Amino acid sequence: MGIDVYLNVAVAGILTGLVYGLMALGLSVIFGVVRVVNFAHGEMMSIAMYLTIVLFSALHLDPLVMLVPVAAALFVFGYALQAGLINPFIGRPEHSQFLLLVAIGLIIVNVLLIVFGPDARTVQTSYAFDSFQIGALIIDATKLYAGAAAIVVAALLFAFFRFAPLGKAIRACADNYVGALVVGLDVKRLYALTFGIGAACVGAAGVMMTLIVDVTPMIGPAYTLLAFVIVITGGLGSMAGALLGGLLIGVTEALAGLLFTPSAKSMFAFAILVVVLLFRPQGILGKRSIV
Amino acid sequence: MSATTPSSIAAYCTRVAASLVEDVSRPAVIVLGIFLAALVIAPFLVNDYLLTVLIVVLYFAFTGQAWNIMMGFAGQLSLGHAIYAGLGAYIAAVLFKQFAIAPWIGFFAGLPVAAGCGAIIGFLAFRFRVAGVYFAILTIAFAEFARIGFDHFDYVNASAGLFLPVAQYTHNDLWHLRGSPTMFYYVILGAAVLAFVICRALLKSRIGYFWLAIREDEHAARAVGIDSFGYKMAAVMISAVMTSFAGVFYAFFYNNLFPEQVFSISRSIEMILGPIIGGVGTLFGPILGAFVLTGLAELLNAAMSAMGVDLPGAKQVFYGVCLLLVVVALPEGVWPWLAHRLGLAGRTQ
Repeated sequence: MGIDVYLNVAVAGILTGLVYGLMALGLSVIFGVVRVVNFAHGEMMSIAMYLTIVLFSALHLDPLVMLVPVAAALFVFGYALQAGLINPFIGRPEHSQFLLLVAIGLIIVNVLLIVFGPDARTVQTSYAFDSFQIGALIIDATKLYAGAAAIVVAALLFAFFRFAPLGKAIRACADNYVGALVVGLDVKRLYALTFGIGAACVGAAGVMMTLIVDVTPMIGPAYTLLAFVIVITGGLGSMAGALLGGLLIGVTEALAGLLFTPSAKSMFAFAILVVVLLFRPQGILGKRSIV
Repeated sequence: MSATTPSSIAAYCTRVAASLVEDVSRPAVIVLGIFLAALVIAPFLVNDYLLTVLIVVLYFAFTGQAWNIMMGFAGQLSLGHAIYAGLGAYIAAVLFKQFAIAPWIGFFAGLPVAAGCGAIIGFLAFRFRVAGVYFAILTIAFAEFARIGFDHFDYVNASAGLFLPVAQYTHNDLWHLRGSPTMFYYVILGAAVLAFVICRALLKSRIGYFWLAIREDEHAARAVGIDSFGYKMAAVMISAVMTSFAGVFYAFFYNNLFPEQVFSISRSIEMILGPIIGGVGTLFGPILGAFVLTGLAELLNAAMSAMGVDLPGAKQVFYGVCLLLVVVALPEGVWPWLAHRLGLAGRTQ
């Protein structure tokens, strides 16, 4: 195999990795602020994927147009989940919160299974087989659009947390819970907003993943794990780390699929996780100690 | 040798039995005795379907006890226990199929592998201070690693699955675990009782108190000189070995092994549901949880087939709702609540 084969696969991996990064960004935002590990993250993404598929078959809208309504729907879902179920768990033991989300994930996967059945579904866009050629590089149009959209959403999110007053208030909650209460911030509401924003992120990522992979109800747990692998690799609570981790895992998986077999690609992601946990447990860009 | 006369053995057994129940109130001992007697005579009273349900209940009671050692006693949340069951299952099944080696020997062949696997996960986690949720994710990662690995492991038939030869057995061959459901029932009943006794003995011993100390406050435990690394390693390895026996039983009871099923995260979650619903860290929690969960799930199955509906995910949704309700409403589990109601709190745990 020539070098251009590797290059092509690496570029495809980078583009998929951007979408992975956006998915992981949602997890990182939720953990960074609410301090709850969202163990239903991949399952929430599969809700977004099925929403995309249903909207596509009903309205034939382009998936990239559906980014906004699907992300909005997931925002509402996340807000309601945090306000209704998770807020009372703030301050409970870590494993208790964790099991709450395991339960929510289990319910989501199997409700999707009951409603949509076990068969794989896809979205066939008009540009599904288009590609751009730059020299020896052949870039899949779908992946390019998905990757570009991921960058746009991530940039919006960075801007929101950097400049918007609400974003600053949320960061204040993350930095100092008691301090935020003292200055009169409605922390519970901000937590719900944050969970909603994280859910919207993973919703947007889900729309784009629908373009790249076949969707079955059972993929949720695998993406939850993948999101955790990415976030731990990049550094929990670090937004840039989540994106970097996504790229790293995306490229690793793509190259592993080329050099070994695609079905074994997640083994390499787990191997990276173990190596990172051993040598840099706070993640590549993480600052805090994890204990 | 007077030590081996039947009467002295009987006396020794009585002493052991007495020490097991010494600080348990008399009514509780009687209730336990009746419960155990009912389980012993159950195969003569119930039909094949109910017997199979009871086997599943006892299986989860057993795996629940094993998991409870890690989470309930030592406070280490493992969400990848399927790996230990899977390793035990595959090793015993391969040895039986390829070399006609009996599963009991197969279990002892798999024992160091399961213990070693637990030791590797424990060492990586405890040496490098991977704790709490990170630890849980590390355990899942290992189980997933094993799942994908076995999916590509041709010697055990990869994803096509490993099948044990099934023939009509005219008699129960306990040594090779080939026989009727009744035989399997007594095997898993024996294992569940043994697991209970082991857990109780561990909990009442020095190591049990050290585990509880580590669970409650690891820094304080270390400060008073408890080797938290060593005792956490012990918890992982004991739990792994016990779970690997459940895997051996699973392989010989169901006669087929698929990596996608054996190592799946759903298997790990099923194992932890019983003890969580029953009560983490209690001795009766895993047993009660297994009965409640499997019993209700079977009722749901019966109700659905009576109504003529077939929903493949309904049982899992039900598990999810049960878990949700228990975590929200009874975070300590059903058993502590029930024990308090029955006035047993603080006596039988």
